[in-house]
Amino acid sequence: MTAIVNVFLKEGVLDPQGKATHHALDSLGFEGVKDVRIGKQIVLQLDTDDKAKAEAEVKEMCETLLANTVIEDYNIEIK
Amino acid sequence: MKVAVLRFPGTNCEFDTQYAFEKLGHETELVWHESDTLPSDIDMVVVPGGFSYGDYLRSGAIARFSPVMKAVTKYANEGGKVLGICNGFQILTEAGLLPGALKRNNNLHFISKHQTLRVENTDNAFLNQCETGEVLNIPIAHADGNYYIDDEGLEKLEANGQILVRYCDENGNRVVVNGSVTSIAGVCNEKKNVFGLMPHPERALESILGSEDGMKMLKGFGA
Repeated sequence: MTAIVNVFLKEGVLDPQGKATHHALDSLGFEGVKDVRIGKQIVLQLDTDDKAKAEAEVKEMCETLLANTVIEDYNIEIK
Repeated sequence: MKVAVLRFPGTNCEFDTQYAFEKLGHETELVWHESDTLPSDIDMVVVPGGFSYGDYLRSGAIARFSPVMKAVTKYANEGGKVLGICNGFQILTEAGLLPGALKRNNNLHFISKHQTLRVENTDNAFLNQCETGEVLNIPIAHADGNYYIDDEGLEKLEANGQILVRYCDENGNRVVVNGSVTSIAGVCNEKKNVFGLMPHPERALESILGSEDGMKMLKGFGA
């Protein structure tokens, strides 16, 4: 199975990369962009067919290493 | 006093740190990250600056799982003194030994310059040679020094006197350097035995190189 983990700074924590990119889009004339948030995507190939087990394991990976939950939120998609 | 200085792949301030503590008359020993114990006769541990594991994933995120960090956590929990400088500060926050987190500087730049700092609290083993309100000149060199803590955490830091230094101008007024919450440059834990700061006191040891204020800071540990 494949697990896709998206990690973003929490709402309310200023995202300087998102802000700079938003500014650049404005400068280039792309109007109507209300907000830009930049995160990272981590793709894991897992040696299991058990979706629930995979989800539980990846959640533990996120809590332990992949995200710093003081400043970051994450979501997990299992395929 | 004997000081253990940790060394991870990518650490680059270990020799400066040794030089600083030896200049102050202390003995030092480098400890490789794969060691699962600390020397038994030490009086403190320093996690020096650098780019452990290339700052991959997040600064300090991988180093905190090194075998030596288990020993450091045990040492700190038993009341041992631990100081993290720059990347060392990042490692200690990732390890949960210090509150908060360090994120990318607001202006996205790597900032490398001399910076004035205001001493916020001297009731601890680190800054006891300084005075509250004193302005120190210490170099900074980091890309991820933007200290974040939520409002509740900040109140706790203030109430317990855990804020050590803040970025300021030459008159001691707070300045925004990297976006840190209330310009925080360094904090300690609640028990006041674990310290972390982004500025590099070990780079401010002789006036010919711009400042010797770092001596004053580090002297506190041996006092």
